[in-house]
Amino acid sequence: MNTASAPHRYTGVAIALHWLLALALIGIFSVGLYMADLPFSPQRLKLYNWHKWAGVTILTLSVLRLLWRLTHKPPALPQSVTLGMPSWQLRAYHATHVLMYALFFTVPLVGWAYSSAAGFPIVLFGVLPLPDFVSVSKPLAELIKPWHQITAFTLAGLVLLHVAAALKHHFFDKDGLLLRMMPGKR
Amino acid sequence: MTSSSFTPIARATSVLFLAALTSLAAQAQQKLLPAQSEVAFVIKQMGVPVDGHFKKFDAQIALDPAKPETGKIAFTIDIASTTMGSPEADAELPKATWFNTAKFPQATFQSTSIKGLGGGKFEVTGKLAIKGNTRDTVVPVTLVQSGATTTATGVVGIKRLAFKIGENDWADTSMVADDVQVKFKLALSGVGKF
Repeated sequence: MNTASAPHRYTGVAIALHWLLALALIGIFSVGLYMADLPFSPQRLKLYNWHKWAGVTILTLSVLRLLWRLTHKPPALPQSVTLGMPSWQLRAYHATHVLMYALFFTVPLVGWAYSSAAGFPIVLFGVLPLPDFVSVSKPLAELIKPWHQITAFTLAGLVLLHVAAALKHHFFDKDGLLLRMMPGKR
Repeated sequence: MTSSSFTPIARATSVLFLAALTSLAAQAQQKLLPAQSEVAFVIKQMGVPVDGHFKKFDAQIALDPAKPETGKIAFTIDIASTTMGSPEADAELPKATWFNTAKFPQATFQSTSIKGLGGGKFEVTGKLAIKGNTRDTVVPVTLVQSGATTTATGVVGIKRLAFKIGENDWADTSMVADDVQVKFKLALSGVGKF
């Protein structure tokens, strides 16, 4: 029988960033999916720009999140959990998180590069011009274009896997892991 | 009447005649060199600058830089030649909400006065007509001469809504700003030295 033997929790900042970015990522992914099929219109222009502003904001928050994680070690998996976990599952646990972090940066950076190469510099909130770290180039834009979508879908897939695993731990393994990331005391 | 009394009159007349012919000839030879010229513009979409240019345009110029007030400039742009570098934008521009190119295939500028400001700088006032709308516009021009070519450059801000460029949903200036910067570099031949 697994008892929740008081697993250590994530810090308040880590929890806040996790849920804030989870909502932001679901939102921005949905907008991205919807806007791509719109006809040329003021609505599409607005959504594309909001999507870019949100992407840059998420990128910035992800930098803070990574810095926080590097300076505040996440709680280790309790022995009661790792003892029952096959090694492939343990590897998957680490791999999923590493890959997700990699994609938190890759997806917006590729999107930003595509926008720059296509000749549309990002002007944050319509007032702050951001640098183009690639030059304007139609061929380069064509090359980059599919990768924003591919990496975004990969991240979406990992998010689904992550959610499924968390729910499995909570409802099947009943090991209290999910509670480590839930807001609230204790 | 001896031949000697005709000579001063004949000489004066021929000098005047030659002078008039030369200046007429000089003005008739003034032309735009399109291959070395460009007319471009920048619009702002929610703060993002987007470039465009006109591939076909022409000018009729009669300009004496030493006496600019006597000059005249007429400029025509082939609106169908407008491009913003993307097939989507270029398919959008000829529509009725934008340039309505089928109905208004040309934009024109006719000068009404030219003022010399010294140092190669001029102020050309005239009527700018786009999409059937005419507005008085002042265009600052700087002339630089290099050999036989005179280059006229300048930037003029125009308000797109005054010409109804971008109507209905697209009249929203938070989407596309009202201010459009038009930049030109026109290479001219036959302009007298100044």
